[in-house]
Amino acid sequence: MNLVLDILSWVCLLGGAIFLLIGAIGVLRFPDFYTRLHAVSICDTLGAGLVLLGLMVQGGLSLVTVKLLLMFYFMIFTGPTAVHALAEAALQGKLKPLVNDRES
Amino acid sequence: MSELLGHYNYWIVIVLMMTGFYTVIARPNLIKKIIGLFIFQTSVFILFISMAKIEGGTAPIIEAGISVYSNPLPHVLILTAIVVSLATTALGLALVVRIRQAYGTIDEDDIQVQDEED
Amino acid sequence: MEYLIDIVLLGLLMITGFAIVRMRSLLAVAMLTSIYSLLSASLFVVLDAVDVALTEAAIGAGISTILLLAAVALTTDEEQAPRHTPLLPLIVVITTGAALIYGTVDMPHYGDPASPVHRHVAATYLHDTPGEIGVPNVVTSVLASYRGYDTLGEVTVIFTAGAGVLALLGYRTRRRNSRGPGNRKLVVLRVIAKLFFPLILLFALYIQFHGDYGPGGGFQAGVIFATGFILYALAFGLGNAQRVIPHRMLHIMMAVGVLIYASVGIESMLLGGKFLEYRVLAEDPVTGQHLGIMLIELGVGITVAAVMLIIYYGFVSQQRSGDM
Repeated sequence: MNLVLDILSWVCLLGGAIFLLIGAIGVLRFPDFYTRLHAVSICDTLGAGLVLLGLMVQGGLSLVTVKLLLMFYFMIFTGPTAVHALAEAALQGKLKPLVNDRES
Repeated sequence: MSELLGHYNYWIVIVLMMTGFYTVIARPNLIKKIIGLFIFQTSVFILFISMAKIEGGTAPIIEAGISVYSNPLPHVLILTAIVVSLATTALGLALVVRIRQAYGTIDEDDIQVQDEED
Repeated sequence: MEYLIDIVLLGLLMITGFAIVRMRSLLAVAMLTSIYSLLSASLFVVLDAVDVALTEAAIGAGISTILLLAAVALTTDEEQAPRHTPLLPLIVVITTGAALIYGTVDMPHYGDPASPVHRHVAATYLHDTPGEIGVPNVVTSVLASYRGYDTLGEVTVIFTAGAGVLALLGYRTRRRNSRGPGNRKLVVLRVIAKLFFPLILLFALYIQFHGDYGPGGGFQAGVIFATGFILYALAFGLGNAQRVIPHRMLHIMMAVGVLIYASVGIESMLLGGKFLEYRVLAEDPVTGQHLGIMLIELGVGITVAAVMLIIYYGFVSQQRSGDM
């Protein structure tokens, strides 16, 4: 049973790390501010959530797991809200999204 | 080799200190100078805390079954230092805002030119 | 394996430091400073300094970033190119760095348990705290009880900074923000701010009173308390925030905190002990220590929260439209 829990938490932690890495690569490679924001928002929230889930499996049934659950709740609310605020601020600052003008 | 392993923390902290020092003396923008001072202060905190760490120890919160704790005294000193650094940064930034309202610029060279004209 | 995390974090700190020196856009530099503080906080956790990490994350990555962004918004956005050659500063910096590195060769190895800093006073603090003070967190016991004078000076420094910013920037009381058409865009932010504002204040109170048993204490709690109100001010405008916490109340809170701290000291003198000797505050010395620590941490928390808010109000009042 311990081995199964260990493997599960390893999978979650590594998966979270891979998603964070993919988000970082997306920020570097995407051409426009709004597309970069899209990459950051999804990959960061998912990556952080998976890392917290992996740590919760490691913690078992204790007070630490409750605290991690509260942190998870906080992150899934504030992550997308922060990105939304950034996008609204960019729109208000008249930053236009990159649009493909060629009619094809 | 053990010299390197034993001291790399301090050497990297000195590199960070010198980065902050360079920003303070070489950049003419006042906000950049304040940020350079902030970098310098934070790297000094890292120096103190690296001195407090004991190998195999843990955080200085007394718990049954643990015998080796990291040294709590530098932690207390650095706690005070962090709060004081915030106080000086806030006051410095307030002064920069006022200087901008008085001189119209926050570039050190322009301010000196304006002062010499008067 | 711990050394690996250490090396990686220090490497990232160096990269961030160099980027801060080289970049010219001040908004980017403000965000890089926030990242620098967060990396330092992670490094402090690796170095077993959990109280310091909490303080650095709350103050460096939280409040300092807000103040830097406010200052950049009120002044220029971009740094001009330096007009002098960097040769002389580089020579000075390299010479100083070389001299310092020569000086560290004599220092004890990193992590050495036999280094001189671990003898003398620190060992007695670790040894005496469970018996004399009865508080598990040794950093809190040293900060609040054994070195209570220094903390009184620190609270006075914060009070002085608040008074200084008040004298420099003043404040402007704004009327309640009207519900203009542009507020439709802020709906998501406002709902989330209203949802999390009470949770943030609750968390601040938890950190304030849990500081005896885990990392925490007055400073961190005061900063988090102020951050909740700053979130409210960002989402709803300065006018609405000033209706929630008016200026007069902040001025009084700022002074009351320092007064509580000093009064505990004077009370212990009146009860027969020395200044800030907590064990005379109750019949049982350990209960007296607990009472003294709780009261002074309360004073610290009140002053820090009030001063952070005063500084924020001061910066935002300088903005003409007032909805930063």
